[in-house]
Amino acid sequence: MKVVVCVKQIPDPADPGALDPETNTLVRDQKLILDESDSYGVEMALQLVDTAGDGSVHLVSMAPDNQVTGLRTALAMGADSATLVSDEALKGSDALGTAKVLAAAIARSEPDLVLAATESSDGYTGTVPEMVAELLGLPSVTFAKAVAVDGGTAKVQRQTEAGYDDVECPLPAVVSVTAGVVEPRYPSFKGIMSAKSKPVDELGISDLGIDAGSVGWAGGSQEIVSVADAPTREAGEVIEDEGDAHERIVAFLDELKVL
Amino acid sequence: MGLEKIWVFGEANGDAVATITLEMLAKAREIADTVEVFMAADGDDHAEELGDHGAETVYSTGDLDGAMQGVSVASAVAEAIDSGDVDAPEAFLLGTTQDGRDVAARLSVKLNSPVITNIVDLVVDGDDLLGSEPIFGGATDVMTKNTSDNPGIFLVRPKSFAAEPVGGAEADVEDLAVGDLGAAGAARVVATFAEESVGPKLDEANIVVSGGRGLGDSEAYSMIEDLAKAVGAAPGASRAIVDAGWVPYSYQVGQTGKVVKPTVYIACGISGATQHLVGMKGSKNIIAINKDSEAPIFAVADLGIVGDVHKVLPKLIEALSG
Repeated sequence: MKVVVCVKQIPDPADPGALDPETNTLVRDQKLILDESDSYGVEMALQLVDTAGDGSVHLVSMAPDNQVTGLRTALAMGADSATLVSDEALKGSDALGTAKVLAAAIARSEPDLVLAATESSDGYTGTVPEMVAELLGLPSVTFAKAVAVDGGTAKVQRQTEAGYDDVECPLPAVVSVTAGVVEPRYPSFKGIMSAKSKPVDELGISDLGIDAGSVGWAGGSQEIVSVADAPTREAGEVIEDEGDAHERIVAFLDELKVL
Repeated sequence: MGLEKIWVFGEANGDAVATITLEMLAKAREIADTVEVFMAADGDDHAEELGDHGAETVYSTGDLDGAMQGVSVASAVAEAIDSGDVDAPEAFLLGTTQDGRDVAARLSVKLNSPVITNIVDLVVDGDDLLGSEPIFGGATDVMTKNTSDNPGIFLVRPKSFAAEPVGGAEADVEDLAVGDLGAAGAARVVATFAEESVGPKLDEANIVVSGGRGLGDSEAYSMIEDLAKAVGAAPGASRAIVDAGWVPYSYQVGQTGKVVKPTVYIACGISGATQHLVGMKGSKNIIAINKDSEAPIFAVADLGIVGDVHKVLPKLIEALSG
């Protein structure tokens, strides 16, 4: 079974984010790391291939400046190979532009299953996997909290507002997974060493037959018209618990007349 | 000045129209002359309630027989517009829900129109509709417009607007035909499970008590349930303990969970990651209990207790029970 996992390399969430004052897009010129949300998809793919008995896990990523640090992390977990699409023309791409690039890169591998995170940790539009499915003409199941493959069918528990649905979907298909679907493994020392020699195919958009006018700033059709500081919420009273803090809480609730 | 026509994606929980749909209808009425709903359900079941909230027409696909809403609804809408059966609206509003995101994403590809996501407010500016999105955990507001010639697609976060009936007449019901979807339409829901919950619903409760990693282990979550019971609150959770499997996803408050705006929000052992703040900082009053005096949750708390939840909560539960 051939599984492709979409992975995003993002600025370290521990660093405060910033917008480029000229373009109003997130600054991404620092070293990028594997989005933690994607480690679940990578783990899920490794487990599914392991259960199937044979197959491969291939990564697809789009990132500026040929950055591969995040991809190497996923390769160190056990993925076999990767495609990285990097191109000046992709700067400023919105979700739809990104999905066009990922779909074209995924199509080259003719996978049985495409996995992605439900949403990235930096942009969190939560729309790219479903766009990729639409562009590839594939069925999709989003918000998966459990995934199994039985013959040519994916069996997915899909999170809903009230609980979950059991969904069956013939392969090939796109499935987006939530955090918590599996426990991602830590890369072993051996994994880290072998990741350095695993193949990473670096492509530009012309390799994918994508017209520069349909992606990036040129292809995007949304414009940020203003950026402003949000009104801040004033911090209130903060006290140290000296063994009687519960009394202060009860008094506060009493004042609000909610008891 | 307003828009001529807006389409709102309708969702339903059984017989009742989902709150998010009614919230979007309230805003849509304010900014457009004509408001219509499109949905994957039997429109006749909901025409009265939708009409009461200002929808003039409901375009409905009928029961999808287990097919996914995303591919079915997006395809039906695109076909109805392409064929000239309906005039395209200037904008689509969909809720930031599982199915709302699916429909928006598929529609974006079909119409070659961007999805403007995580919207908490909508403003008409001349001929443009601007969506306001909070970023960096709500520290910055960004206004975005659609510059394509196609209708804008906006994903609206729950609790952004207040639902309000206006006593409108029952909405007209029109068919929205789902054509042959080919392989893309092959996924099927074969069974549906509801997780049992007791007490008030998380996104409707007057008081919410949430627990996080600071509880230490999953057994300690029972303190959250006990406190919730004592004050008639709904129990909630941070993403960290949902991911750890202590409580189901339906308890999650935050960016990827529920947005809550109760009268009182009590955060216990929650540090206040951006992911969590986005889902609860609209609460009228916030009480936080955390060991770490530097925790970001204290920056939004009206009453902050620097202390150990294992010491404070048992006393609080005792004081409030009985």
